[in-house]
Amino acid sequence: MTHPRNPGAPLETGLFVPVNRPATERRAASLSARRSLKGAHQAAWLINAIACMDLTTLAGDDTPARVRRLCAKARRPLADEIVAGLGLATMPQVGAVCVYPTMVAEAVRALDGSGIPVASVATGFPAGLMPLDLRLAEIRYAVEQGADEIDIVITRAYVLGGEWSALYDEIAAMREACGQAHLKAILATGDLVTLGNVLAASIVAMQAGADFIKTSTGKEGVNATLPVGLTMCRAIRSYRAATGHIVGFKPAGGMKTAKDALNWQVLMREELGRDWLRPDLFRLGASSMLADIERQLSHHLTGRYAAHHRHALA
Amino acid sequence: MPTLTEILDIMDYGTAPESETIARDWLARGPFGHFIGGAFTDPGTLFETRNPARDAVLAEVTQGSAADVDAAVTAARAAFPAWSALSGHSRARHLYAIARQIQKRERLFAVLESLDNGKPIRESRDADIPLVVRHFYHHAGWAELVADEFPGHGPHGVCGQIIPWNFPLLMLAWKIAPALAAGNTVVLKPAEYTPLTALLFAEICIEAGLPAGVVNIVTGNGATGAALVAHEGVDKIAFTGSTDVGREIRRATAGSGKALTLELGGKSPFIVFADADLDAAVEGVVDAIWFNQGEVCCAGARILVAEAVASRFETMLRARMERLRVGEPLDKSTDIGAIVHPRQLDRIRALIAQGVAAGGVLHEGAAPDGCFCPPALMVEVSPANPCVSEEIFGPVAVMMPFRTPDEAVELANNTRYGLAASIWSENLTQAMDIAARVKAGVVWINATNLFDANAPFGGMRESGFGREGACEGMAAYLKPENAPAPGARPGPLEVLPGNTSAESIDRTHKLYIGGAQKRADNGQSYSITENGLLRGHAPLGSRKDIRNAVEAAHKATGWTAMSGHARAQVLYFLAENLDARRDSLRAFAAEAEIDTAIARAFHYAAWADKFDARVHDTVAGHVTLAMKEPFGTLGLICAEEAPLAGFLSLVLPAIAMGNRVVALPAQANPLPALDLTQVFACSDIPAGVINTISGPLEELAVTLAAHDDVAALWCAQPALAERVEHESAGNLKPVWQVPDPMGQGVAFLAAATQIKTIWVPYGA
Repeated sequence: MTHPRNPGAPLETGLFVPVNRPATERRAASLSARRSLKGAHQAAWLINAIACMDLTTLAGDDTPARVRRLCAKARRPLADEIVAGLGLATMPQVGAVCVYPTMVAEAVRALDGSGIPVASVATGFPAGLMPLDLRLAEIRYAVEQGADEIDIVITRAYVLGGEWSALYDEIAAMREACGQAHLKAILATGDLVTLGNVLAASIVAMQAGADFIKTSTGKEGVNATLPVGLTMCRAIRSYRAATGHIVGFKPAGGMKTAKDALNWQVLMREELGRDWLRPDLFRLGASSMLADIERQLSHHLTGRYAAHHRHALA
Repeated sequence: MPTLTEILDIMDYGTAPESETIARDWLARGPFGHFIGGAFTDPGTLFETRNPARDAVLAEVTQGSAADVDAAVTAARAAFPAWSALSGHSRARHLYAIARQIQKRERLFAVLESLDNGKPIRESRDADIPLVVRHFYHHAGWAELVADEFPGHGPHGVCGQIIPWNFPLLMLAWKIAPALAAGNTVVLKPAEYTPLTALLFAEICIEAGLPAGVVNIVTGNGATGAALVAHEGVDKIAFTGSTDVGREIRRATAGSGKALTLELGGKSPFIVFADADLDAAVEGVVDAIWFNQGEVCCAGARILVAEAVASRFETMLRARMERLRVGEPLDKSTDIGAIVHPRQLDRIRALIAQGVAAGGVLHEGAAPDGCFCPPALMVEVSPANPCVSEEIFGPVAVMMPFRTPDEAVELANNTRYGLAASIWSENLTQAMDIAARVKAGVVWINATNLFDANAPFGGMRESGFGREGACEGMAAYLKPENAPAPGARPGPLEVLPGNTSAESIDRTHKLYIGGAQKRADNGQSYSITENGLLRGHAPLGSRKDIRNAVEAAHKATGWTAMSGHARAQVLYFLAENLDARRDSLRAFAAEAEIDTAIARAFHYAAWADKFDARVHDTVAGHVTLAMKEPFGTLGLICAEEAPLAGFLSLVLPAIAMGNRVVALPAQANPLPALDLTQVFACSDIPAGVINTISGPLEELAVTLAAHDDVAALWCAQPALAERVEHESAGNLKPVWQVPDPMGQGVAFLAAATQIKTIWVPYGA
């Protein structure tokens, strides 16, 4: 942690600004066209993506064994020969492991001594349509189980209905329930649809004290997209300009390839700067992306295209 | 080479060079001759073309001589009959083959373009070459359709085309594709700094099986271009480049009968309202003035920003500028490449120095040593600063605040140019209002530098005339099949009292200026005689009357703002009043001519609300409007024959489209036109919409042609073509030599309007 936590700010809708979708899409498209990473630089940026990855399993069929396997991969995301071949002094580690609340205890045990934080979704993930007291209780449960980070979902109806104080109060209450655990606010941008909604929800979440703002649960029809990410990055920038407070960003859902990992990092580098390429300010919420990164790194070292079955499963 | 751990510490991008091997292999074919008659000539007197980013020679090409130009024009002339006689379908197959061949060689074209011009490979790869291919596909379509869509029109013949160095292959495509589609043959001169992709294109022509002589490429400098402009075997000149050279070409071609289109410089406004998506507008500036090193004729170079957000916008913009990467064009992560030539860099620096000397405060990004220019933003400037008025053609924007939408328009239009404008506001009501009021051939709303083969591109004012792209661009490579016949110059005038006996009519005719009957400023009249009989006297107009008439026309903006329907009502009323005054008109004109005059009024009343805009199919998610806007103040030099109907044949289409006119009636008999002023006055035609000045036609015509506040000129006196075209070079007003002064129809309406292309991207 190189910066103080976001203490939040009073609700101020004056920071809502218009967002032009075609222009945002043009910029998002140009970001990946304007920057190219080759050779050692590409390898380094992929290693960095691992360090910023919330390795995730959020499925109805999750079991303790499944979570243990994921945690094992989190500790050793790359094969030893790749680490050695790249000349890295130590095995890289992922940013966090992200699971459901009932899996937190298992993950904490499996990651014991690794220093890898456990993140838990909460608040009636993914829809969030539960009474507030139950949602807050779920946060407290996850924290008690040992979660260091809580990924909450917001009530989309408050955004669609323009009920900004209700949204603010809800997230502020969740932040309070988190205590020392960091709060990542999932905006479920696929449900919010317009970029104006995305921007407004981002601003309110930050004012209510979110440590991170996060795009998606992975369960909406549309997950993390670069235009949405760009809009949220601009919200982080404008919130910082208005308050001086620093907030992290986490895209999640639908990102499967090493190329995605590079594109999202280029977005951070260009729009927010180098600091947002560190795990305390940037996370990639993904599950299958790691496997593709490992394959690309293998190719970088051997010159041969890699096969999934030759690398350890997450 | 840094280690992985070192890279992980700083997280920089490193380098990502595009391989240039393929281009180097091709360059080994040099030194290069011209491409004439389907084959390359032996290299002649050579000059170097250089890679500006590395200050190294790329190739040697031949300096085109007058004899080379002559050989090329001869080859084009020889190829013309067969090429123009081919079916549209056959020409379409050739253009399609060219598009395909370019696509197969897209990497070579992109690398070669970046080497020769200095532009980033990302831009040549993602912008230039795809647009080139799109242009040839689009025009393969026009070749197929031209006979059906342009009945009664045919090609000009041999087109001489001169293109600039900023988008070498793209400008070649914009010139060659429509010319060939229409059935012309061409001689093209690429820019001295960037001839290579044109020579590669010549190889594509061979590869695609284009008949010999249809396309000819002659390399060289300005002298080569001048020889092409001057060549008598050329039927049309199309030029893209600086306004100064455009002016020279206008003068050089005056009276030659060569058709002319000019796409010239600009100093385009980039208008940011307080309700804009400011982050989007910042990226807009990146895509405007920091695109292609700012070497873009339509670059949004003058940022006009609402005072309410000016300081915030400046902060955002400067932060963005710091993150631009300037350097090796072949690096895929380069935002801004090299300036095309050290001479251009010197020019940019000199203009910046002048701007700073005039009080401008310069903020610059970073750039490596060599022929590179850092992105820059100059603030604390006023319209009087040279960096605000002059086209810099480098990555330098100036920024000025405005208070109200009206002031934004006033500042935007405070320029000699009128190429493009970019308007940023989330309020479409406001944005469309500004789009309508800004003087620009292309307007982008919440976007900038959008191009498509089916979107007309071209300027107003001193940014030139003619359009490229879409059906409007095709029209520039076609001409009506009936051509104007040369006529006699108007003769001398009798201004002293004479002894011929007066006819019975005793009327005092006056000039008509600003809705009022005015005596000539010099207090003189001249005698109008017919068959030796004195028919009356006409006021002897002079320079000052022209001045007053143009001023009156300038002010009559209400007419332009009216709807077509409202103007039609006035024209119908005019027809009614003409009919009611048949008896008095018979003194000047035969019954048939009066009938024609009345018919004209009906005809253009009918058209007034129907010659309307098109919506072009361009890029998905964009509405692209091609508005037909009146010029504003139009000068009309009427024919000698049919002094009543001929006069109205020019005046009525011009005003039907919303222009205000200064009309010079037939010198020998202006009386009908002067008599008409009473009809105008009682027909609800607002003051200043029609102004009529009789007198020494040539002198008046030259004054009108030279007037900087006259936006366009029609000339129905072929004998005056040379002088008025020459004089028109001052403000580069387009001059239309009226092919049939007694005709009517859409050709008149097209000549009365200019296209404003408005791009409106949409997305909720």
